[in-house]
Amino acid sequence: MNYADLFRATLPETALEVAALLVLVVDLGLLRKAALKVRVAVAALLGVAGCGAAAWFLLQQGTEGLSCQSSGELLLTTGGFTAAAQVGILVLTALTLLLLIDADFTHHVGEFVAVVLMAATGGLLIAAAQDLLVIFVGLELLSLGLYILTAFTKRSGKSAEAALKYYLFGGMSAAFLLFGFSYLYGLTGSTNLHQILLMVYGWNASQTAPLLYVAIVLIAAGLGFKVAAVPFHLWAPDTYEGAPAPAAAFIASVSKVASFALLIAISTAALHVFDDGPAMPVSPGFLVSWSLILTVLSTASMVLGNLAALAQTSVRRLLAYSAIAHAGYILLGLAFFSYSSRSAAAVLYYILTYGLTTVGAFGVVAVVERATGSDRLESFLGLHKRNPLLAAVLLVLFLSLAGIPPLVGFWAKFNLFAAVLGVSAGPVPFALVALAVAFSAVSLYYYLQVLKRAYVMPAVDESPMKANPVTLAVLLGIAAAVVVLGCFPALLEGWIANFVK
Amino acid sequence: MLAWTIYLSFAGTLVLALLPKGRPALARWLALAVAVAGLGLAVQGFVAGMGQGRITIVDLPWVPSMGVHFLLAADGISRVLVLLTGLAAVAGVLFSWNIELRTNEFFAFFLALIGGVYGVFLSFDLFLLFVFYEVAIVPKYFLIAIWGSTRREYAAMKLALYSFVGSAMVLIGLLAAYATAGSHSTGLVELAHAGLPVSFQMWCFPLVFTGFAILAGMWPFHTWAPTGHVAAPTAASMLLAGVVMKLGAYGCLRVGIALFPYGLDPWGFSFAGLGSWRDVFAVLAVVGIVYGALVALVQTDFKFVIGYSSVSHMGFVLLGLMTLNQIGVTGAVLQMFSHGIIAGLLFAIVGRIVYDRTHTRQFAELETMHLSKRLPFAAWAFVIAGMASMGLPGFSGFVAELQVLVGAWKVNPWWVAAAAVGIVVGVAYTWRALQKAFFSDALPAAHILEQEQAHKFAAITWPEVTGVVLLGGVSLAVGLYPRILLETIEPAVKALLAGGGQ
Amino acid sequence: MNGIPILTLLTVLPLVGAAIALLSGRHARVVALTTTLSSLALALVVWTRLPANGSIGLVELHQWAPTLGIEYHLGVDGLGALMLVLSAIVTLMSVDAAHRVHHQPGLYFGLVLLLEAGLFGSFTALNFFHWFLFWELCLIPAFFLIKLWGGARRGPAATQFFVYTMAGSVALLVAFLAVFVATGSMDFPHLTLLASTGELEQMITAHLGPVTLWLAIGVLAGFAVKVPMIPFHTWLPAAYAEAPSPVTMLLTGAMSKMGVYGLLRIAIPLFGAQIAQIRTPLLVLAVATVVMGAWAAAVQKDLKRVFAYMSVNHLGYCLVGIFALAVPVAVGDKGALASQSAALNGVILQMFNHGVTAAALFWFVAIMQFRTGGHRGIDDFGGLRKPAPVLAGLMGIALFSSLGLPGLNGFPGEFLIFRGTFPLAWVAATVSVLGLLVTAAVILTVIQKVFSGPVPERCVGFPDLHHGERMALAPVIGLMLLVGILPQLIVASVNPTVQNLLAHWRF
Repeated sequence: MNYADLFRATLPETALEVAALLVLVVDLGLLRKAALKVRVAVAALLGVAGCGAAAWFLLQQGTEGLSCQSSGELLLTTGGFTAAAQVGILVLTALTLLLLIDADFTHHVGEFVAVVLMAATGGLLIAAAQDLLVIFVGLELLSLGLYILTAFTKRSGKSAEAALKYYLFGGMSAAFLLFGFSYLYGLTGSTNLHQILLMVYGWNASQTAPLLYVAIVLIAAGLGFKVAAVPFHLWAPDTYEGAPAPAAAFIASVSKVASFALLIAISTAALHVFDDGPAMPVSPGFLVSWSLILTVLSTASMVLGNLAALAQTSVRRLLAYSAIAHAGYILLGLAFFSYSSRSAAAVLYYILTYGLTTVGAFGVVAVVERATGSDRLESFLGLHKRNPLLAAVLLVLFLSLAGIPPLVGFWAKFNLFAAVLGVSAGPVPFALVALAVAFSAVSLYYYLQVLKRAYVMPAVDESPMKANPVTLAVLLGIAAAVVVLGCFPALLEGWIANFVK
Repeated sequence: MLAWTIYLSFAGTLVLALLPKGRPALARWLALAVAVAGLGLAVQGFVAGMGQGRITIVDLPWVPSMGVHFLLAADGISRVLVLLTGLAAVAGVLFSWNIELRTNEFFAFFLALIGGVYGVFLSFDLFLLFVFYEVAIVPKYFLIAIWGSTRREYAAMKLALYSFVGSAMVLIGLLAAYATAGSHSTGLVELAHAGLPVSFQMWCFPLVFTGFAILAGMWPFHTWAPTGHVAAPTAASMLLAGVVMKLGAYGCLRVGIALFPYGLDPWGFSFAGLGSWRDVFAVLAVVGIVYGALVALVQTDFKFVIGYSSVSHMGFVLLGLMTLNQIGVTGAVLQMFSHGIIAGLLFAIVGRIVYDRTHTRQFAELETMHLSKRLPFAAWAFVIAGMASMGLPGFSGFVAELQVLVGAWKVNPWWVAAAAVGIVVGVAYTWRALQKAFFSDALPAAHILEQEQAHKFAAITWPEVTGVVLLGGVSLAVGLYPRILLETIEPAVKALLAGGGQ
Repeated sequence: MNGIPILTLLTVLPLVGAAIALLSGRHARVVALTTTLSSLALALVVWTRLPANGSIGLVELHQWAPTLGIEYHLGVDGLGALMLVLSAIVTLMSVDAAHRVHHQPGLYFGLVLLLEAGLFGSFTALNFFHWFLFWELCLIPAFFLIKLWGGARRGPAATQFFVYTMAGSVALLVAFLAVFVATGSMDFPHLTLLASTGELEQMITAHLGPVTLWLAIGVLAGFAVKVPMIPFHTWLPAAYAEAPSPVTMLLTGAMSKMGVYGLLRIAIPLFGAQIAQIRTPLLVLAVATVVMGAWAAAVQKDLKRVFAYMSVNHLGYCLVGIFALAVPVAVGDKGALASQSAALNGVILQMFNHGVTAAALFWFVAIMQFRTGGHRGIDDFGGLRKPAPVLAGLMGIALFSSLGLPGLNGFPGEFLIFRGTFPLAWVAATVSVLGLLVTAAVILTVIQKVFSGPVPERCVGFPDLHHGERMALAPVIGLMLLVGILPQLIVASVNPTVQNLLAHWRF
């Protein structure tokens, strides 16, 4: 193991950790007596600075990236789509931290920010991982942080309940994941993704052990939990509802980006496994079953996520089910993955823009909650009068989630579906794309329900709704980005294309 | 220059959204200025384009990785429909002059809708066309939901969802065509020449056509239209029936027929007398004509009569499209223009001039109000609009229906017979509405007349007069001298039917 | 072609007059009188300018929408010109009769003049689009004239009138469009030429299959409603009765002639062979119109309805004459040719004469209604000969003319029709004579009940025609006498046209 390489490769992660520790020190050591607002501001800014530093390091590594090996096997790799995902994670973390300003759900500000940063580190690791154990480590780092973040509102019983559910569920799926990993190790004798896949392909059909399929199912279960795909989604509504708003934003965006980056890594590896070596006869069994599982998860998520969202009266739960639905769409892109970088770029585009939109959505929900005390649909009544800017942001973000042009959500969907059909234009992918588009149409209904409250229905309470100027500025910035990126999709696409060749 | 119709409209939206509240007059005049500017540009574009084929206005690469271009171009059909939009926009603003509730937002949504419509008519890139098509959905929802009347929230949601489902179907077709053509480009001309296989076109055509036809009010997917039109505020009804339904028909022509011509070929077998998608859609169109007319005949709400009459008239457009010959398709495009104007006029009279004063649209109540004496302007305006709607010669509807019927004769006489029945029923329901609303026979008692004199209706305002004169005049002008439009439409239709544009 | 577009001028004049009348309020009648007098003068000018050989003269031709075969094509022959003169006369009479329009006179006279413009337009049009435009245009003013100034049950009457006529028009339109599809032309002279050589039927069959007979029926349907022919006549009694009498004058005097004109200008020339095929059922219907019209008139109690049904009867003679002559005739068969000429001359003459006479009769009813405060039943009057001898005398002349007394204008037309029909369709002619007899009975009954017998209470002080009315009615009665005694004044100018038409018609 070349520790110099390891250090260089993990500079971004290191920066985040240092920032986390710095925040703890400053907050617990220097600012004990300061007002909550000051502490929050300082912690958030330090956190953002940390993210910035990490991003800088990341970009220094260039698009080629670095790799870190141990005994000739890859542990980590940076650059390529990994780098794009990692930048996304960092940006989203920064935005989440900015939304922390004006939050009053906890006095333990330093801890909160530190945990966020550490969880982000876990996310970065997952995105870069090439080895099963590294994956697991990163996953746990991320997950444990998320469990803690969910429970942070000590005064709320809901928060504690959500965290407990999340923890139990998460622990169980982590166990499944590890179990699956152990089978893979047992079958192939290696924990390196590339090696494993090489071996799996090398087997003839008769040699393929049934245990392999068990392993794949278990891994799918574990990862499915992370991305909140049906039927592993049961934690999502409660967690989204119970966690404090910045934490929910973080869970909805960063953890998703990281998990999907991992899935991209696996799918890419599966297709490019023979790039550097001699061609070998391929047993297609693995690829087909992996694709099949993803398809099943995708379809179930799309259907259930959208249908359940129709009935929600709590906006947070609505966002949770819509997150499940979106996960369904993305999994479709992963189920039909192309050899060229097209699919990877499309999935990455979707998840990055979705993350951005979600952070904004939770930001708006946070402001409304703080003013009215609840996140039910009724709290949004008359928002256009109470805070027109906020209502405008809500309009932009929710329409983007529904997939209305010229907002970025539309382009992301179109891009993804075009990529799917570009891979395989047979009746099955076509039918699935048709299903996805149809359910997008269904989703418009529940997004419009919220917008209807905000713009159409008469208000119960017409007093102005106050929002912190920084928060509002951040939200406006996110909305502007959604509009601009939607009108000029080539911008973000081009940036991603830089990384993904 | 035509592209500025789009830019101005959206710029207007932005400015109106940011205007300070509490100055409705400012909002109105600004909206009128933008609409008139749009109309001016449309007229200028129309005149400048006479005798020319397809003119490209803007062509910028938008998303190079997928071959999507920001491509705006106009051929004869586009220019005529842009002209229609300009007229409808101006008339819509004029007839919304009395809106007091959230005036800024109203005109902001209004201009956004207009901008989207301009965009659809001027797009020659399939993706761009689709973007503008969807952009138009959201303003429609809010216009109806906030400023509408009967069951507005339900109607708005129904309309939005139907439109979205329709465009979802189009999106699927678009994605499929794009992928099958090799994923190089989304330009309309390129896709038309991409040589899509016949078997592909056979199923993609009905999908895309139905998706667009939903918005065009094709039977049996038309149910959103009467509900939506009735619930919408006057200007929105005018736009919905006048222009937005034409988006659907335009899509059927520009995308459905132009890109998937083989989809209309005979299947090789016959099912219940139908041998091709062309037969299927022609029959649905004819059913729409007759059904819309028959249902309009029994309505008790004045606005519902007009709503169903729109479904019936759009049936003519779809029938004309399915004739696939020069004269029939020309008639369809002319009917798009003609009905756009006439429907706008009808909704304006029913909504703005009558309903805003009488606060009722039920015939039973209107019959007792002696409107021919108390609102003579409305009565005579409706006579003229009714004549135009019936297809009386001298108005634009007659020439359009004439062409559609001639085109239909060339294909299948039964279509003509059914359409003729529709025309006769059309006369009947128009006349019934006229009688019941304005010229009812019940003679008032003397003391009731006195009461009525005491409660005069609000005077007719100058925007209303201007709007009626504008719309009625255009319909009359086109009816008496159809060449002004035909000379622009005919070459464009010829080129389109010949295959994929020049 | 002369430099001045007289025919366009003729049509535009009443339009301009209508616009002015609309704005003139109380003085609208003066405007209307002026306009109708000028139109009459212009129409007479047209009459004098006709080409001597009976072909179409005063032609104006411009392109309108060439891709649709639509041209601005105007022209008149003897038939058209006579109809123009008739329309002008009848409209003048109608305006004269309407001297007390209390309610919105500007609108009333505006609509009347608009109707006149429609009549002029349809009698001069030689292209289907133009013709159809004016054909439909006439309906609107007629509807509103009935609806707004009519009697107690005017609403249903007006609506029935409108919807019925429109339905017929739609059938006509659809059928004609088929012709257009087959030939690419909407020009009447051109299509007549095609039909005369049999090419039209060939083209239709080639393009659309063997549908020519159906097209003929469609075209006939439109005119059958307008004339009207049984069984499409049910709109007429109500409309004529409920309309104010001056409007009824227009309806019966001029508008009904549009239907017969249409048969002569469009149906027979284009579809002669088809009509000859179904000649027998058509003759049956025509004769039924004659006979039923007369019988129905006999049982009416309302004078307006009596005269309304008599109109049906009189126009029935035109129909009998037209369908009788629709028979293939060998080239050398002079006798048959002469019969055809006679019948056609009779039809055209009857159109003119009936127009004048029927209008006059309704004028008289209007006068009587006004003097008795609205009464118009047969039994409401009696013995008017005593208090109003001049009225009785003049109305008597008009009634006898309607009966067909030789020496009055009703006779020559009917005589010529029978002269032509007996050799060609003697059964039809014989049965129609029945109609003559019944008509005679009806009219004599009217005369007896209205003019002779005891004078009822309300008619004791019945004022006679005053000076103004006598001056207005005298020319009309004089015309009746003139044409009755010297029918060749008209026939001489019409006969060349008749020969020309017959030469081009192919059965």
